Amino acid sequence: MNSEDLKKNIKDSLFTGLISLALFVPIVGLRTEIQKEGLYIDPQWGSTFILVAICVIGRFLINLNSQRSEKIDVLGKFSSGVSNFFSGKGKQFAITGILFAIVFPFLPFTDRYILDVGIMVLTYIMLGWGLNIVVGLAGLLDLGYVAFYAVGAYSFALISTTFGWSFWVCLPLAGIFAAFFGILLGFPVLRLRGDYLAIVTLGFGEIIRIVLINWYDFTNGPDGIGGIPRPSFFGLEFTNNPKEGVETFHSFFNLEFSNVHKMIFLYYVILILALITNYFTLRIRRLPVGRAWEALREDEIACKSLGVNPTNTKLTAFAIGAMFGGFAGSFFATKQGFISPESFTFIESAIIVAIVVLGGMGSQTGVVLAAIFLIGFTEIFRELEQFRMIAFGLAMVLIMLFKPKGILEHREPTITLHGEKK
Amino acid sequence: MEYFLQQTINGVTLGSIYGLIAIGYTMVYGIIGMINFAHGDIFMVGAFIALISFIIFGLTGIALPIVLLLVLLISMLFTACYGWSVEKLAYKPLRGSFRLAPLISALGMSIVLQNFVQVAQGARTKAIHPLFSGKLEFFKDSDFVVILSYLQIFMVFLTVGLMILFTYLITKTDLGRAQRACEQDKTMASLLGINVDRTISVTFILGSALASVAGMMFVLYYGVIDFRIGFLAGLKAFTAAVLGGIGSLPGAMLGGLIIGLIETMWSGYVSVEYKDVAAFSILVIVLIFFPTGFLGKPDIEKV
Repeated sequence: MNSEDLKKNIKDSLFTGLISLALFVPIVGLRTEIQKEGLYIDPQWGSTFILVAICVIGRFLINLNSQRSEKIDVLGKFSSGVSNFFSGKGKQFAITGILFAIVFPFLPFTDRYILDVGIMVLTYIMLGWGLNIVVGLAGLLDLGYVAFYAVGAYSFALISTTFGWSFWVCLPLAGIFAAFFGILLGFPVLRLRGDYLAIVTLGFGEIIRIVLINWYDFTNGPDGIGGIPRPSFFGLEFTNNPKEGVETFHSFFNLEFSNVHKMIFLYYVILILALITNYFTLRIRRLPVGRAWEALREDEIACKSLGVNPTNTKLTAFAIGAMFGGFAGSFFATKQGFISPESFTFIESAIIVAIVVLGGMGSQTGVVLAAIFLIGFTEIFRELEQFRMIAFGLAMVLIMLFKPKGILEHREPTITLHGEKK
Repeated sequence: MEYFLQQTINGVTLGSIYGLIAIGYTMVYGIIGMINFAHGDIFMVGAFIALISFIIFGLTGIALPIVLLLVLLISMLFTACYGWSVEKLAYKPLRGSFRLAPLISALGMSIVLQNFVQVAQGARTKAIHPLFSGKLEFFKDSDFVVILSYLQIFMVFLTVGLMILFTYLITKTDLGRAQRACEQDKTMASLLGINVDRTISVTFILGSALASVAGMMFVLYYGVIDFRIGFLAGLKAFTAAVLGGIGSLPGAMLGGLIIGLIETMWSGYVSVEYKDVAAFSILVIVLIFFPTGFLGKPDIEKV
């Protein structure tokens, strides 16, 4: 490195410092605090200085690195390492993963809390797999996926509390309702171009939420719906004090009553639901409609000229994705026992989209990795609640900058000519 | 009739806020063909900077017109820095990537900005005392007195003034010519000696500056802000941009006015709870039936 480069580097870093001063002085440095007489300013020069220093030093180091003949590329190496590790080992990974998921509730370190996190991660994996049909396979960016999750949860809650039907009857109904909403929304909007579609679906997600909040007679508004029945194990209920004549799980199997039984049961329910989603996706990719989705994602005009009806094909993807969202929603409702519009905000949609995108659109394994990474890690850093969303947004930007195709960018071709490999 | 007039006045005021934000969407879409999802949050940052400067200058006891001018310039300057940095960090490296990449990156940036402001400024709603007090009253002898506050007059005049300045900038100056050239054909423009990267940066700076003016007006008009205001305002401004024809500057302003009017009329005559639903439904209807908006050019898809 010569002095010319160094000079340029220092100049550039100082410029970065100037810009970051402009960014951080008003927003971070001049914190507004609420007092009785009104607002006053509470200066935070310490944290402003630290942030600016991080920017300047970071910029300096990045420049230094890019001026060297051999660049240090930790991120690139790491991500290519991850994708090399998993590429071609899809089957082994899947089998180990499923085996691990099956024994997970009985591992020695698994307590109630970890089981709860496990259920949450599996719910997001299922949502991710459901959305993967829409985003990954059909290439439609849906920013309102949480709407279908909400439709599923609310239809489950309303049907089961009104008619008293059991979980296993309401579950498919909720899925059908969600799919119906998918068609209802998809029919008019699916001929729109990619980014318009994203905004319209986002708007639809908000509409559903606003309706849920304001339609008080039907949805109970912001107070939500409580007393949603829990699922039963072939008619055996998970409760300590059952109603007359109802057999319970622990008495039938001669066990001590424990809340963990219910958790373990819920864990397996969501595991099975998620695996069904995955299996369904893997199979439908080999059907003509699945191939049409992927073809449509790659080139819409070519598809049209080959006689694929883009609107109908997209509609099936949308409806099926919505159906799985609805299943996940009804599971969420039965697990929580209480739902309110608070659970279905835009940020949920963003998290699900982020899982699909970070995993590598279209990659089923990637969704699992991303869901474990995003949900598991943010759960560990629960105390840093506020910072985790910043980290989350930054991760989305950084993945797009460095690995726009996601962690696992390699996609197994669904179909090969004469059995030859790629 | 008096009620209708009042709602029209409120609608036009609201519409000028939406219109100013919509210009940022429409310019960025025109030049690089992406929806700048973080633009609503840039507006929110602008509102916060305006709020902070109002507090600081409020303590010094300078006359109101000077305070307004200073706050306007300061928030434009600092917000422009945000717009510029967002473009440099999150969008510029993605030029030429696949179509959804900048959109997802913008989504991430929007989450970052919202939570950054939440952490730095606190999650609670911030309120300031109204600075403008005077108002004009019409139809004093009828049952419903129509009120036109000085603040509303100020906001509409400021918007009109900025629009005139902006139209001059785009149609008459070198900068505007470069901007329009890049919009039509970036390769050709760069062959003719236009610095395309810089022109795109300038577009972001101008869009953010206008959004910060909208932010300042929001602070003055409503008096309360929090870190969430960017999401809804951004979505509605985007609707305005689409309604007017994305890529068209007068269209953005017209769309903003229409959205503002629809929103106030809807809250006035139908229901306040569902006013956001009205805005989104219009977005869907417009996109389906007039995808090019009122003043937009048709978009031809080619192989």
